[in-house]
Amino acid sequence: MAVCVAVIAKENYPLYIRSIPTENELKFHYMVHTSLDVVDEKISAMGKALVDQRELYLGLLYPTEDYKLCSYGYVTNSKVKFVMVVDSSNTALRDNEIRSMFRKLHNSYTDVMCNPFYNPGDRIQSRAFDSMVTSMMVQVC
Amino acid sequence: MEGLTLSDAEQKYYSDLFSYCDIESTKKVAANGRVLELFRAAQLPNDVVLQIMELCGATRLGYFGRSQFYIALKLVAVAQSGFPLRVESINTVKDLPLPRFVASKNEQESRHAASYSSDSENQGSYSGVIPPPPGRGQVKKGSVSHDTVQPRTSADQQEPASPVVSPQQSPPTSPHTWRKHSRHPSGGNSERPLAGPGPFWSPFGEAQSGSSAGDAVWSGHSPPPPQETWVSFADTPPTSTLLTMHPASVQDQTTVRTVASATTANEIRRQSSSYDDPWKITDEQRQYYVNQFKTIQPDLNGFIPGSAAKEFFTKSKLPILELSHIWELSDFDKDGALTLDEFCAAFHLVVARKNGYDLPEKLPESLMPKLIDLEDSADVGDQPGEVGYSGSPAEAPPSKSPSMPSLNQTWPELNQSSEQWETFSERSSSSQTLTQFDSNIAPADPDTAIVHPVPIRMTPSKIHMQEMELKRTGSDHTNPTSPLLVKPSDLSEESKINSSVKFASGNTVDGYSSSDSFTSDPEQIGNNVTHQRSHSGTSPDNTAPPPPPPRPQPSHSRSSSLDMNRTFAVTTGQQQAGVVAHPPAVPPRPQPSQAPGPVVHRPVDADGLITHTSTSPQQIPEQPNFADFSQFEVFAASNVNEEQDDEAEKHPDILPVEKASDSASSLRVAKTDSKIEEKTAASVPANVSKGTTPLAPPPKPVRRRLKSEDELRPEVDEHTQKTGVLAAVLASQPSIPRSVGKDKKAIQASIRRNKETNTVLARLNSELQQQLKDVLEERISLEVQLEQLRPFSHL
Repeated sequence: MAVCVAVIAKENYPLYIRSIPTENELKFHYMVHTSLDVVDEKISAMGKALVDQRELYLGLLYPTEDYKLCSYGYVTNSKVKFVMVVDSSNTALRDNEIRSMFRKLHNSYTDVMCNPFYNPGDRIQSRAFDSMVTSMMVQVC
Repeated sequence: MEGLTLSDAEQKYYSDLFSYCDIESTKKVAANGRVLELFRAAQLPNDVVLQIMELCGATRLGYFGRSQFYIALKLVAVAQSGFPLRVESINTVKDLPLPRFVASKNEQESRHAASYSSDSENQGSYSGVIPPPPGRGQVKKGSVSHDTVQPRTSADQQEPASPVVSPQQSPPTSPHTWRKHSRHPSGGNSERPLAGPGPFWSPFGEAQSGSSAGDAVWSGHSPPPPQETWVSFADTPPTSTLLTMHPASVQDQTTVRTVASATTANEIRRQSSSYDDPWKITDEQRQYYVNQFKTIQPDLNGFIPGSAAKEFFTKSKLPILELSHIWELSDFDKDGALTLDEFCAAFHLVVARKNGYDLPEKLPESLMPKLIDLEDSADVGDQPGEVGYSGSPAEAPPSKSPSMPSLNQTWPELNQSSEQWETFSERSSSSQTLTQFDSNIAPADPDTAIVHPVPIRMTPSKIHMQEMELKRTGSDHTNPTSPLLVKPSDLSEESKINSSVKFASGNTVDGYSSSDSFTSDPEQIGNNVTHQRSHSGTSPDNTAPPPPPPRPQPSHSRSSSLDMNRTFAVTTGQQQAGVVAHPPAVPPRPQPSQAPGPVVHRPVDADGLITHTSTSPQQIPEQPNFADFSQFEVFAASNVNEEQDDEAEKHPDILPVEKASDSASSLRVAKTDSKIEEKTAASVPANVSKGTTPLAPPPKPVRRRLKSEDELRPEVDEHTQKTGVLAAVLASQPSIPRSVGKDKKAIQASIRRNKETNTVLARLNSELQQQLKDVLEERISLEVQLEQLRPFSHL
């Protein structure tokens, strides 16, 4: 399950960032920030190739003492990036799960965009989006 | 302000009162007058009231903001409970009963007081919500028309203030109707609980489904005081309608409730009958909404685009955030547009919100667009999925309203459909993988193009093929190329197309600009190929498939006929030289009339042809004569009719194809050896030079044939022209020597040819370079994709 979910706009400012309040949130934010660099690197590497819907998993970007934190990235065609920090101590290989989570994120994001009252570039304050993200977040007891 | 923690019941109650006082619907400030009235209604001594006002900070600020108002209310409750008025007391006093306001004139308040007082113990979540209704019933005032929740009892709702409802209506409404309508939502007023229709209804839902959860809570929260109210409620049968909030309680019984339950039973029954009352849209409201819809979108079956809806609802002066939430709730299918049902739901929500009702987390069932319609439509499966996605950001809905009739079916499907929803996207992603797969195939082309007619992408593959062939032909003038030529032609049209394309591209100045011609080539190629195939079916080996059967051509529009000959000859020669020869041979043969223009191309062709024939360019002048004839002879002998040759020449358009086919045929014709090549080469330059009629007679019939073919393939004009030019040139060449038969001219011709050959080769070279670059780029991109596909494990 994700411990932190972030939606980054094309200009690399966050549209939405939310993490589990238990752990030191700043650490998650930092991870998101560092993964942005990797994301950008991958985007530029693609070059002429199609923009891959599924961005490469960054893998073990930031192993910590407590548990392995992996951050995964996902880029849409409009260069909106979703970064998710996942606690991989439970299940290791969950490629499809991560993909499905990103897909859900993407769908919710498009729903937010469809809302005429939402101006692109604003922070995402949709309750539907929040609840969807909540459903994905780790249920820390 | 000091932190103020309110229970849900208190929150709702206060909010309700605030809305009541907020006559200007500012949502920020309660009118002082109203507030004072309210406080007076609290039956507190004036000095207490003043003290309260001081404590809450209103006197400081001079107005009652929401927080001040809440604090004041809390202090009123504190005072009414007999506790000393302290700032700290607002938070420290536990189980504070809701402030009671007894206002003779203000039914509402009293009602509220009654209802909420019954609530006093209900500090729970919506449990607090529930009691108020009954409490309301008890309100002495006949105003008990609290039917709050029940829109049906419209009569009652005459409360002057209809709490929040009235004045602040959305712009496009008539106050009257609004009040009435607002009753529905305002029903919630008295029952503030409605503010959260979602949570509120969930208990109902559960209740209705028989779950006693809500009841349990409710009963739990119906301690003695409420009982009284309930009892009194029972005393007021007419107002029993108020007990709307006892949906579940009916089934559940607590001894306490017995009496209440009696009344509640009515309520519940009524509740069940009008399940989603608080959010139900009455006919009047609906009519109003429909009218409003018409103003925006005359077609009732049409959509209101998001932008129009945004403007419309912005007029209601609700905060954008709330409007955004309303939109999320009401746009059921998430299409960015509102249907009539969605619009009514949104409008209803706006009305409710303006009346002080809090927005639900989930769209109330009554406001759901008629799923029945959706079900009727073909996309039943989709709709539930969509519903599931839009209506249930989480998975709660199914659990919430299991009893919803129309939605029952959909709810359980929602989850599934949400999964389906994902699967759909998965499919789409799989399609992406498909495309990637295609790209993967591309690189294989150059490597395997030898034998595989990989018909993936015409253009790129053609390029690849071309490159391949060109490389091959250039590298070794042996069979490998011919197999290339043969096989493509034999195996598939595309391959032939590829090869032909290569030819064409090779001939064209910029190998890729002639994509059009490429596309056109296939047709011709196809034609040729088919012909060839038909012939070649039997000779899969090096022997090129028989050249396309002669096509009777009424007229020879181009000297391309000559080109054909030359082409064949060249190709034959090329076969010997290698596949590479073909591409250059293919270039569109310019028509004789175009000879001057395409001269450049012709040389290319010619050169291409010639290069391969490079064996003895000097021989060209002599050989052309010979070549032509021999060509014809050979062609005739080898199934490749002169016609075919002529056709080859005549089909400048077809050159690419023909090249392929020619190559095929030329393979056979290869027997004629370089002579033919030279002949064609010579003929081409000759044509180029002459570019007209001096062409030998043989070309003419060919021309005719070519012409017919040309007519069939108009697109490749470019190539054909070029090739035609070349062919013409070549064709003319032999004629020249024949006609002149002088060394000088022969030498000049040969010089010309050599120059042309040089140009052709140079062009070829540049084109090949380009192709190489493209292929390299493709390779790089593919490698990148491959890397992407491979999960990264670095860092």
